[in-house]
Amino acid sequence: MQIRVLLFAALRELVGQGRLDLDVPAGATVGDVFDLLESNEPRLRDLRASTSFAVNREVVAASTELHGDDEIAFLQPVSGGS
Amino acid sequence: MIEILDEPLSPSRCLEAVRRPGSGGVVTFVGAVRDESGGKRVRFLEYEAYEPMAVTKLRQIVAEASARWPVNAMAIQHRVGRLEIGEDAVVIAVSCPHRGDAFDACEYAINRLKEIVPIWKKEYGEHGEVWVEGPTLEPSSHAPAQD
Repeated sequence: MQIRVLLFAALRELVGQGRLDLDVPAGATVGDVFDLLESNEPRLRDLRASTSFAVNREVVAASTELHGDDEIAFLQPVSGGS
Repeated sequence: MIEILDEPLSPSRCLEAVRRPGSGGVVTFVGAVRDESGGKRVRFLEYEAYEPMAVTKLRQIVAEASARWPVNAMAIQHRVGRLEIGEDAVVIAVSCPHRGDAFDACEYAINRLKEIVPIWKKEYGEHGEVWVEGPTLEPSSHAPAQD
């Protein structure tokens, strides 16, 4: 199934783009998607512990199963405000 | 009023947006870019937001504050892009019948903003550039239990 992954800040810079369209097996979890990206970019391993997973703009557990057209985002610790 | 802007913010517009006939206390908080961070000189900042989720979370903060205090209205602006020293990064205006509630609700809103809103800040200083890391987002980061 087709999914879209959004990356921001340090993750966006590390991967080199802010948006990835991926084809993943049915039943894949959001954590599986991170594993998939990590297999292509091993430096992501260092950031995994500090990454939160968002599906359709809500933060969820890594074990959350995905559905087609889900909007996924990997989020580093935030630092809004001044 | 909730806005993520890549242009200068307007504290006065936020203030005017929350004035109500029943509001005896209107508090405006402005967060500006400081020239140092942890003892190191900062040259400028860059902010980046996951905009649709940031707007959703800012609305959640308004709802949380309104459930705790008699908030008449709240306006929040956050800037993205490059900001120079002294520029405003965030503005929060809150109106309540009385000032005590308005101060409390405004402080609550900025604290929650720093906790749950997907916005990131990169500092450019004499020692290079670094993404500032605050709190890690937790699943279903709903409002903390009331005191």
